[in-house]
Amino acid sequence: MAVGTDGQQADRTPLIYDRSHPGRRGVRLPAPDVPALDEAALLGPALARTTPLGLPEVAENDVVRHYTALSQMNYGVDTGFYPLGSCTMKYNPKVNEWVAALPGFQRIHPLQPESTVPGLLELLASMESILGEISGMDAVTLQPAAGAQGEFTGVLLMRALIRARGEERHTLIIPDSAHGTNPATAAMAGYGVAVVPSNVRGGVDLAALRGLVNGDTAGLMLTNPNTLGLFEDEILEIADVVHSAGGLLYYDGANANAILGEVRPGDMGFDVVHLNLHKTFSTPHGGGGPGSGPVGVKAVLEPFLPGPRLQRAPSGALSWDDNRPQSIGKVRSYYGNVGIVLRALAYILSHGPDGLREVAHTAVLNANYLRARLADRYPTRYDRSVMHEFVLTLASQKERGASALDVAKRLIDYGVYPPTVYFPLVVKEALMVEPTETESKETLDRFADALAAIDQEIDASPEALKTAPHHTPVGRLDEAEAARHPNIRWSAGGGPPESTGP
Amino acid sequence: MRYIPHTAEDRAAMLAALGMSDTLSLFDDIPAAARMGRPLRVPGPLTEMELQAAMRRDAAKNRSVEDLVCFLGGQFYDRFIPAAVGALAGRGEFATSYTPYQPELSQGTLGVIYEFQSMMVGLTGLAAAQASMYDGASAVAEAALLAMDATHRLTIVMDRAVFPESRQVAVTYVTARGGRVVVPAPDQSLDELLASLVETPAAVVVQQPDVLGRVRDLRPLAAWAHERGALAIAAADPVALALIEPPGRMGFDVVVGEGQPLGSGLQYGGPTFGFFCVQDALVRRLPGRVVGATHDGSHKRGYVLTLQAREQHIRRERATSNICSNHSLNALQATIYLALLGPEGLREVARLSTAKAHYVVDRLTALPGFRRMAPEAPYLYEVALRVPGSVADLNRHLLDRGILGGWDMGRWDRAWAGGWQLAVTEQRTRAELDQLVEAVAAWR
Repeated sequence: MAVGTDGQQADRTPLIYDRSHPGRRGVRLPAPDVPALDEAALLGPALARTTPLGLPEVAENDVVRHYTALSQMNYGVDTGFYPLGSCTMKYNPKVNEWVAALPGFQRIHPLQPESTVPGLLELLASMESILGEISGMDAVTLQPAAGAQGEFTGVLLMRALIRARGEERHTLIIPDSAHGTNPATAAMAGYGVAVVPSNVRGGVDLAALRGLVNGDTAGLMLTNPNTLGLFEDEILEIADVVHSAGGLLYYDGANANAILGEVRPGDMGFDVVHLNLHKTFSTPHGGGGPGSGPVGVKAVLEPFLPGPRLQRAPSGALSWDDNRPQSIGKVRSYYGNVGIVLRALAYILSHGPDGLREVAHTAVLNANYLRARLADRYPTRYDRSVMHEFVLTLASQKERGASALDVAKRLIDYGVYPPTVYFPLVVKEALMVEPTETESKETLDRFADALAAIDQEIDASPEALKTAPHHTPVGRLDEAEAARHPNIRWSAGGGPPESTGP
Repeated sequence: MRYIPHTAEDRAAMLAALGMSDTLSLFDDIPAAARMGRPLRVPGPLTEMELQAAMRRDAAKNRSVEDLVCFLGGQFYDRFIPAAVGALAGRGEFATSYTPYQPELSQGTLGVIYEFQSMMVGLTGLAAAQASMYDGASAVAEAALLAMDATHRLTIVMDRAVFPESRQVAVTYVTARGGRVVVPAPDQSLDELLASLVETPAAVVVQQPDVLGRVRDLRPLAAWAHERGALAIAAADPVALALIEPPGRMGFDVVVGEGQPLGSGLQYGGPTFGFFCVQDALVRRLPGRVVGATHDGSHKRGYVLTLQAREQHIRRERATSNICSNHSLNALQATIYLALLGPEGLREVARLSTAKAHYVVDRLTALPGFRRMAPEAPYLYEVALRVPGSVADLNRHLLDRGILGGWDMGRWDRAWAGGWQLAVTEQRTRAELDQLVEAVAAWR
């Protein structure tokens, strides 16, 4: 690790605190043009701060070198292939960043009068109707900040409708292959979880589902295509079973990249859907967010959506309507992640209807092509054509001495970000691969060649896997140690931080 | 499409490898009855040149704080952001990465989060922080859920002067979990409510400084809560914490807040981030990601996601929260912002804002009928004023003169009808402050 460390000690990832030097500053502010205040006198001894702030003291040049060095220890879609299953790491167009940064969008306070932001409100209204069209829903809220918050919103909407019908239901049904957010969301909303198993084809076991539904069933949370990358081809029957029991269908939109322009959740029988704008509509994942999780609903659920809602006056002017007596309430401050919504809108406008369908077709083509390229050494558990992603099982590699994790770590030496490992839980030694539509045939071929080479290494040079990765700033890190003795903040001296309990 | 690299030959070769003639057959699992059967009715496609022109046109229809003088606050402030924040946070290695599941390729993001946690711990005076929440409001809500789980109680007492956006989101979250939020009546103080309370709450939640601008000694409240086995939770403005003793040092168990003032643009309210800090005993109840230091096989220091046994991807329905993606990029912006400013710079931002606010409020309250709503406590750079007449009318008058006046507090809460909430940042010049006073004086 010689790059960009500016002579810093190389036995650790450097911290900004390591560069701190008392008296240095990165920013100077203008001299006061009003009389100065003595804050100690203003606040008095009980309120004035006596505790040090614990911030580093560095020059701008230090800051720029440090974060540039850190960025060089990171891998993004801009760096290379990032086939992280279920996360849809497609290329993030630069023009979308340009759009969100326009001062007329960026430098707008959320409490500005509507009359000062007509251009922005028109775009938000337009995005609501576009997402409604894409998902087959009647109304959309842009408020949820992320997919998980969209799920939470959706589940509360379902409960609100069920209560409006004069019923109380306490159980949500969730497949064993579901994202962890689904059961966590159900619990957050106070629901019990009933797990429906997968059948031999990797889909929801319809017979088991029939046995699970009853008068206590609030609904089913389902991802389609599911986390195995398989389309639930019995979806209409599934919807019928849930609806017949008086329950509702929730669509987890994490995998919507596969279906754009071909099929819509609303036409499959879903009542509520969230879309992850950072996945399907290509906003940068930001090292773990921000995302955006708009929620679409059928008309019957519209009265319960979080407020405020955009309303159009007879004059055509848009404004926010907060008079929503049946609303589940707000889930986030103000109007959601507007900057992310604008990027996603720019992406959709760039593509148009045919372009969006081509996105889905190419994502599915890439996944199937790559799966076929890998099939002789790395099987999928279910022998079906897949949608946008697939899950390899490395059970045979495991028998030969290499775990899915070993193979993933060795892939790093070949210059790619490893696929998702050990998820979904229903597949042994799972490696979940989502190539996305923005990767070329050559990239896919190189990835397949790398996995083939690694498979040969398992027998020929097993140490190469066990000790991988070899060219990263750090080797495999001791995660057990990190959890046993948590060191989760810097302290002067570098030892374990002292307790600062009250 | 311009982001899909395939040529017709590529497609043909790939389809041939699959023994297929077109991609449509890859969708055969979709039942015919559910198929769309028609093109999507969405606008586009636009070339990049057309897109830029269209978006520039739409952006130009809005009046930004670049051409209006902004006195709006409400947890979002028109603060100065040094150019280095955007230049560094915009680097593709940061912006186009995801949750650092593979630490060897993510030491940048992980190192930043460790620094971010350290800085938040420093600001709040508590022991531990996590990697960020969606915003301040959902951080308040999740803090309330943490208290319900930690105490096995269902009632959250929340001061009325907690910012309304946070109060509303907390009500949504708490009632969803089967709890309730109790707020003082309009004519009741928090102390009066606490004295009249029958059941023991899970937590007491206050804002510091609060929506009226008050900075208060929170120590008695922490003591009241702890005597009853309840948690003390504060929502705090991070810039204010540069000047005031942090709630973590006043005995509070949880300190959360809105992070926008630390280097995130206004962007009509998002994306931004929330911070979430706790005392030692609550570390394993934190929602969301936490980064810890450890070492590799050759004893080299590195950073990993840790304490994951709290999280949804491991614990599923027994997780502390369902949060998955957080607002890492905004937390990165905050980390860079705070590194650039340092302790003295952050104090200066708070001091300048406070001096300017007092300058303009002293002049406004010298006008007939203008007075502070809560003169009993000191304020910094955000304050509630009572105005002689309709706040909406005053703001229309100001907007005609290029000024975004303070927020009409009656639109938040009828208890504050006639209240005008004014925020002053370091970016306001004396000329702009004088312009506001002059315009207000000319009203009616």
